[in-house]
Amino acid sequence: MAEVEESSKPLFAGLSDISISEDIPVEGDISVPVGSQNSDNDFSTLDEPVKDTILRDLRAVGQKFVHVMYPKKSSALLRDWDLWGPLLLCVTLALMLQGGSADSEEDGRPQFAEVFVIIWFGSVIITLNSKLLGGTISFFQSLCVLGYCILPLTVAMIVCRIVLLGGSGLVSFVVRLIVVTASFSWSTFASTAFLADSQPPNRKALVVYPVFLFYFVIGWMILTFSPSH
Amino acid sequence: MANTDFHLQFQEFEDEQGFTENNQGATTVTIDDPIKSRKQRKAPGTAFEEEDNDDQTELLSGQRKSAPFWTFEYYQTLFDVDSHQVKNRIIGSILPWPGKNFVEVYLRSNPDLYGPFWICATLVFAIAVSGNISSFLVHHGQPKFRYVPDFSKVTMAATAIYSYAGLVPLALWGFLTWRNRKITSLVSYSFLQIVCVYGYSLSIYIPAVILWIIPSEGLRWCSIVVALCLSGSVLVMTFWPAIRDDKPRINIAIISTIIILHVLLAVGCKACFFSTYETDPSKEHKEPLTATSISLSTQSK
Repeated sequence: MAEVEESSKPLFAGLSDISISEDIPVEGDISVPVGSQNSDNDFSTLDEPVKDTILRDLRAVGQKFVHVMYPKKSSALLRDWDLWGPLLLCVTLALMLQGGSADSEEDGRPQFAEVFVIIWFGSVIITLNSKLLGGTISFFQSLCVLGYCILPLTVAMIVCRIVLLGGSGLVSFVVRLIVVTASFSWSTFASTAFLADSQPPNRKALVVYPVFLFYFVIGWMILTFSPSH
Repeated sequence: MANTDFHLQFQEFEDEQGFTENNQGATTVTIDDPIKSRKQRKAPGTAFEEEDNDDQTELLSGQRKSAPFWTFEYYQTLFDVDSHQVKNRIIGSILPWPGKNFVEVYLRSNPDLYGPFWICATLVFAIAVSGNISSFLVHHGQPKFRYVPDFSKVTMAATAIYSYAGLVPLALWGFLTWRNRKITSLVSYSFLQIVCVYGYSLSIYIPAVILWIIPSEGLRWCSIVVALCLSGSVLVMTFWPAIRDDKPRINIAIISTIIILHVLLAVGCKACFFSTYETDPSKEHKEPLTATSISLSTQSK
C-alpha cells in the first residue's frame, strides 16, 4: 500500500506548496466599460476618415510582406493573421497566369478559376494535413502564412513576364528557370521558418513536403506560362 | 509459517519496474511487468513512440481508433506516423522481400492515410509535369508548334489515380469480406490497410514517370515493366495469405484481377499522357494508344 501511495506522490507533489502569501498583491478594479470596445476606449474607428482605415490595413499587409521577404523567426505573421494579403497575391497571380487575352483556340493554360482553386484548396489541404499530424497552429494562421509566402512567386511571375517581353528563346528560358527556382525555394524556406515551430519534431519532414509540392506546382505554372500573341 | 502466509496473500503489484525487490524476497513473476508498465504509461491516451520497437507497443496497447468517426480525433489517429516510419514504408513497398508481407512488417495495426494521399498527389503532379515536358521535347524541332501547357492533364490524372487508389481497395475489401464469411482464413485485412497497401505500392511509379520524360520508347517500356514487377509483387505477396485458403480458381481470378488492373493503370497513363508519335496535340486526348493506331493506318495504306 505504501508503494502505491508513493507512486502517486509525484503527480500531486507540490500541490500543497501552493498558497497565496501576503506579499503577492491581489488587487485591481473591476469596471465594466459601457458599450465601447476594449482596444479603442478613447477613439472608435467609426469616426476616422476612410483613408486612415485603408492605410492602416495596407500598412499591416505591407509589414507582413517585409517579414516574408526577410524571414526571421518572428511571430508577427502568426499573431495578427489576416487574409487580405493572400487574397491580393492570389488574385494578382491568377490574373497574370490567365494571360488576359480572349483568343483561346485550344487553350490548355490554366484558367483564373483553376489557379484560384489550386491555391486556396491547396492551402486548406496543407493546413488540414498539418493539423492532423498534430500541429498546434490554428487554421487561419496557417492559411495566412501559406498565402503570404506566395509573394516571392508573384514577384517571379512579374519578372518572367518582363523577360518574356524580350523574347522567348533559350536564354529567356534559362533566366526564367533560375528566377522561378530561386523564388520557389525562397517561398518554401520562408513558410517553413514560420510553420516549423508548431510541429512535433519527428514529423517536420512530413509537414514540409506538402508545402514543397504546393510551391513546386505554382512555380511550374509560372515557368510554363507562355504569352499568347 | 508466516512466510508461507505471506506468499498466499494477495499482493499488489507495483506500477514501476524494479521496485519488486521490496517484496521481501518473494518470488514474484516479473515477465508481465515491463509490458504492464508500458501499457499504463500509454493509458492516458497519448501515442508517443520514442522507442524503435514501437510496433510491439502498438500491438499491446490495443486501444487504437476508439474515437467515433465523426470527430476530428478519429482522423488524427489515421495520421499517426513519424517521418522515419513513412520512409520505411515507402522503401518496403519499392523493394519487396520474399518473406515479408507489407502489412505485417510495416503496417502492423497502424495504417495511415498520409502516405497514400500524398503519394497519389505527387504522382498526379509528376504525370502532369512529365507529360508536358515530354510533349514539349517531342515537338521542339517542329516549326509550327507553339508550346501550350496542358492543364487538363492534371484533372484527368487526378481522377484516374485517386479513383484507382480508392475504388479498387473498396472492391477488393468487399470481395474479401464476402469470401471470409464462407471460408475463414487466418489473415483478414481492414479497409484502411488495403488502401494503405495500394497507396504505397503506387510510389514506385513516381521515378518511373519521371523517367518517361526521355522520349525513347524502349526505355519507357523497360521502366514500366520494372515498376510493374516490383509493385505487383508487393501486392501479390500481401494478398496471397488472405486468399490462400480459398478455391484455386478464385485465387487465380483475384490475383490476376489485381495484376490486370495495375497493368491497366500503368499502360493507360503512359498511353494517354506520353504518346511519342502524336502529330496534333489537340486531337491527342481522344485517342489512346495512338502509336498502334498510326501503325495500323500506315499498314492499311
